[in-house]
Order: sequence, then C-alpha cells, then structure tokens
Amino acid sequence: MPPLIDVRDLKKTYQLGEVTVSALAGVTVSIERGSYVAIMGPSGSGKSTFMNLLGCLDRPTSGQYLLDSIPVEGLDRDHLAEIRNQKIGFIFQNFNLLPRMSALENVELPLLYQDHDTPDADDLAEHALMLVGLAHREHNFPAQLSGGEQQRVAIARAMINKPEIILADEPTGALDSRTSAEIMNIFERLNRTQGITIVLVTHSDEIATHADRIIGFRDGLVVSDAPVIHSRQTSEKVVAVLRVPVEVPQ
Amino acid sequence: MKKLRQSMRIAFRALTMNKLRSALTMLGIVIGVASVIATVAIGSGATQRIQDQIASIGSNIIIVIPGSTTTSGVRLGTGNAVTLSEADAKELPAQCPDVALAAPLVRGGAQVVYGNNNWATIIYGVTPDYLTIRELSVADGAEFTQQDVDGANKVAVLGKTVVDNLFGGADAIGQTIRIKNVPFAVVGILTPKGQSSQGQDQDDVILLPISTAKRKVIGINAANADAVNTIMMQAKSGTQIPAAQEEAQALLRQRHHLQTVEADDFTIRNLQELFAAQEASSSIMAIMLAAVASVSLVVGGIGIMNIMLISVRERTREIGLRQAIGAKTRDILTQFLVEAVTLSIAGGLVGIVLGIAASSVISRLAGWATAVGPGAVLLAVFFSGLVGIGFGYYPARKAAYLDPIEALRYE
Repeated sequence: MPPLIDVRDLKKTYQLGEVTVSALAGVTVSIERGSYVAIMGPSGSGKSTFMNLLGCLDRPTSGQYLLDSIPVEGLDRDHLAEIRNQKIGFIFQNFNLLPRMSALENVELPLLYQDHDTPDADDLAEHALMLVGLAHREHNFPAQLSGGEQQRVAIARAMINKPEIILADEPTGALDSRTSAEIMNIFERLNRTQGITIVLVTHSDEIATHADRIIGFRDGLVVSDAPVIHSRQTSEKVVAVLRVPVEVPQ
Repeated sequence: MKKLRQSMRIAFRALTMNKLRSALTMLGIVIGVASVIATVAIGSGATQRIQDQIASIGSNIIIVIPGSTTTSGVRLGTGNAVTLSEADAKELPAQCPDVALAAPLVRGGAQVVYGNNNWATIIYGVTPDYLTIRELSVADGAEFTQQDVDGANKVAVLGKTVVDNLFGGADAIGQTIRIKNVPFAVVGILTPKGQSSQGQDQDDVILLPISTAKRKVIGINAANADAVNTIMMQAKSGTQIPAAQEEAQALLRQRHHLQTVEADDFTIRNLQELFAAQEASSSIMAIMLAAVASVSLVVGGIGIMNIMLISVRERTREIGLRQAIGAKTRDILTQFLVEAVTLSIAGGLVGIVLGIAASSVISRLAGWATAVGPGAVLLAVFFSGLVGIGFGYYPARKAAYLDPIEALRYE
C-alpha cells in the first residue's frame, strides 16, 4: 500500500518585493497511513509552510505531493477545497469556531460544503460531539465553552467527514497543561482506535512524545526524522535523538 | 436547494447580528424604491387621467368638420364652410364598413328661460346616435327619439349645470323651458360628465333634435338647408379608426364631387391624435421622474456595496475557516451574494410599502391622481434584487477569492 502522504523535493518560495524568500527548500517525506507524526522546529523553519502544503491550503512552487495517491500539487482552488473537505481535518491553535453558531452547528459545517446532501447531519454531529465527550454541550455557543471544550468541538468538526488525516497546528498552544493532556488523549484515541493519521506541529517536547515519529525542521529543510521510543521514562533520550541532525537529502 | 436555504440562514443570521447597520444599509434601497414607486404612480396617474378624459368624450370617435373655403379670394377659417350635410352623415355608416355610427351636429348659443331664471348655454342639435357616440346617458327622464327628430318635436335634454341654474332643486322633467321664446318640454337630464380636458364644463349644454334646433333656434343656413357644423363618427373599434378615417375621406370626396387635384373641403380628426400628444408629454415627465428616482436606487446600491466590503473584511477569518473546511469559490460567493440580495430585496419590499403610502398621501394632499400597478411593484422588486446582485457581486467575489492562509491568519 502506498503511503498516505508522499512528498518529493517540495519547494516553496515567496516573492517579497525584490527578494525571493525560500520557505521550503526541498522536502522529501512520506507518512504512512495510521501514523502519528509530530513536527518540530523553531519559528521560520518552514514547518507552517509545510503544514499549509500538506493541508492543500497552498500550492508548492515545485516538487511533487501525492495525497492518498492523488497528485495535488497542480489542482485548482475548487479541487483543493474538495480534497480539504473530504480527506483533511484541521485543528487550529485558536480553535477557529464560528462564534454565532452553536457547537452542533459548528461541527456540521463541513457537511454543508459536500456535494451531496446529508439528511442525518444532526445525528452525525451529535455522535462526533459524543466521541469528544461534549454531548451535553451541543447547544452552547463557543463563548460559553472553555478553551479545552472549544478545541474538542473543533476536533469533532474535523472528524465529521471521516477524514484520512488530521492536521493540527499547535492544538494545545492556547491551553493549560491539564486540558492539553485531555486533548492529547483524544488524539491518541483517534489514532489508535480509528486509525486516523495525525500530523501535529508543536513546540513542546512533552507533546511531541505522544507521537510515533518526530520530524524536525530548520531553514526550510528536514533536519531530523526519528521514531519515538515509547517508554515514558525515556523522554529525555527522545529529545536527545531530536538534537542529532540527520543527513539532509540534497 | 439545501445550500441556498443554508446560505439564506447564514445571511439572515449575519444581518440580524448587526441590526442597526443592516437597517441603515437598507434605508438607501428603501428610499430609492419608494421614490421610484411614488413617481411611477404619479406618472401613471396622469396617464390614467388622460385616458379617462378620452373615455369621457366617447371611445373611437372621429370628428369631421368642414374645411376652409375661399370666396372671392377671402379664405375663411376651418369649419366655416357649409360643405357637410345631414345626408353625408346618413351615408357614412351605410357605405363605410369600419364606421359604426355617424351623427350630424349643429351648434349655437342661446339664452334659456324658465320662470324667473335665465341662463346662457350651448345648444346642440343632434340625433339620438350622438348620445351613443359620446357615451352620454340620461340620469333622469328619457332621451329624445328618432320620431322627435323626424317630427321636429320641441323636446329638450338638459345638462346638469343647466338644470341647476334654471331649476335650483326643483324637478325639471316635464317642465317647459323657453329657448329664444320657443317653448320646449324637458324630457331628460344627462348624467354629469364633468370637465373636458380643456376645462370646459361638459354639463353646460342642451340637446335638441337637430330638425327642431335648425328651424326654431339656430336657424337654417341660407346656402344649404341640409348643412351641419360637425359630423361625429364612431369607428367599430380602436384599431379600425385609421381605416374608418380613410373610408370616410374617400366617401366624402366622392359625395362632394372633388377632383383628384382639389384639396379636401373638410377635415377629419380623431381624438387619439390629440391625446397621444398629451400622453407623450406626461409619460416623458414620468420617465424623467423615474430616472431621477433610480439614481437614489443606485446610491442605495453603493451603500450595500460599502457595507458588504466592510462585512467581508470583518469576517475574513470566518471566510478562511470555511475555505479550509472545504467551501468552494461558489459557496462563498453565494453566501455573500445572498446576503446582499436579502438586504436589497428587504429594502425593496419596505420601499414598496412606503412608496404606496407616499403616493396616496400625495394624491390626497396635491389632488393628483396616482396609480400603483402590480407591474410597478414587480419591477421594483426585480430592480432592487438586481441592485443587490450588481453591487453585492464585487464584495462577494473578493471574499470568494481570498487566500485561505492569509484569511485564517487575519487579525
């Protein structure tokens, strides 16, 4: 079976006036179905650009990107939108819930942009909320929910279209450590029990150790790529692994 | 369909979030539509009044008057010749297939006396067909008959103004009035017709049998005893007026033994021509008013565009999120277009109500006739929708083509 994500020599440059900035300088990564990957790196290392490309929110300047065997690097706006709708669930640091809609309506939102009708939208959304433990809050508005609850609504929203992959950009960045742990538990459950591929960006070593694999970025390149040894006592070793630069593919 | 309903729900929610702003935005359209409705109502009211006047004279009327004649080098004005005759009037409906009726008419003025009252009025000597052509009817009593004409009976049908001035409140039917010292029995009173388009009182008139009028009141023309002042014809229908006119012209030329080189010794006019000019000027006025009013509709549209642009900016992150979870260009475009059209149609509906109210106030205060037709209302709804689409398109397009990454990052 081919990998879910197969990225080859992906490059992205921006034109800032006269200057050409290279945000991604040729990244080759493949991510297997059902894996749980953490992406780390200092700001400006290209990890956000990489996530935007993975999420089909942006198109690369050059290189190849096969998502579920579909070459997506050349698709137009609306095709990319369709792929985002069908295959990708997004989790943002700031939740990005629509404030005027109830939790239930927020969760149903991706169904609105499907090509076909979903008559049982309410049931699906209720089920998704139940999975994140918020069945009783479905009629609350985002402002009436705590940060952790809002992020759980966002996860339910990401899950409703049964995506292949969840892309989470610092999902716990705005949460305290206890709520962060809850959110990480949900991710872990989704990954282990439902086999959903998760790629998450984080600054926290602690969060990163929940993943199976950690990819490090610097200056638009992958500088480390290593599996996590799953032993809770050895998280320091894992971090040590991170600091060892891997051979950079040219 | 589901999507449209969803878009409408989203639009409705967005608009009710900011009630004051939505109301102020709508106000531009409200004023625009209201002024269009009111001006169109005034315009079509004026047209309606002209049509009523045409109807008050009678429908499909063609008037034949004698032409000018030249006697010893002196050209007399139109209508002075004595070229038309009662015989002409009799032959016209018989020979012209498009002419329904023709009635000869002699005209004169006289002082009328009843008891201690007297009144100067216009005397028409006519046949019963005249009443049919002019669509006159008697409110009280009866019309005179062909027998009255044949027998030159001394009977009179009075207009309302004459009755009021001679009889006050008393019953006129059966009374005897004196016209030029000749006693006439009052047999009927005409249903009031009001003023003509020239401001003439159409009820200040006495109708006599043409034979009696000639012999006893107006006098017989020395040159031609059969002469009449006017022949009034009625075409069989409005569309047959031109044909009837041509047939009458041909027949009269033939009867008057005119050579091809000779000009007509009569003039044929139809009232349609007269009123067409009036109608044209009033509709030009209406179009100008409506044009001025539509300018305010355009201004209202610019208001919508302005607010929609602000709304798109405020909701940049929402747009970014919707794009991230799969909204296509068309989805975002529809969402904002529906919002703009909802604003403009809602404004349009309020404007229609306001416009109808305004035109009824105008017609009451200024005494102008106004008429709000369903056509004007439909047009107003259509145009306000068009304004919504027209001025909402640019902001909606702007929203639809936002870059999702930048939109998501927008603070």
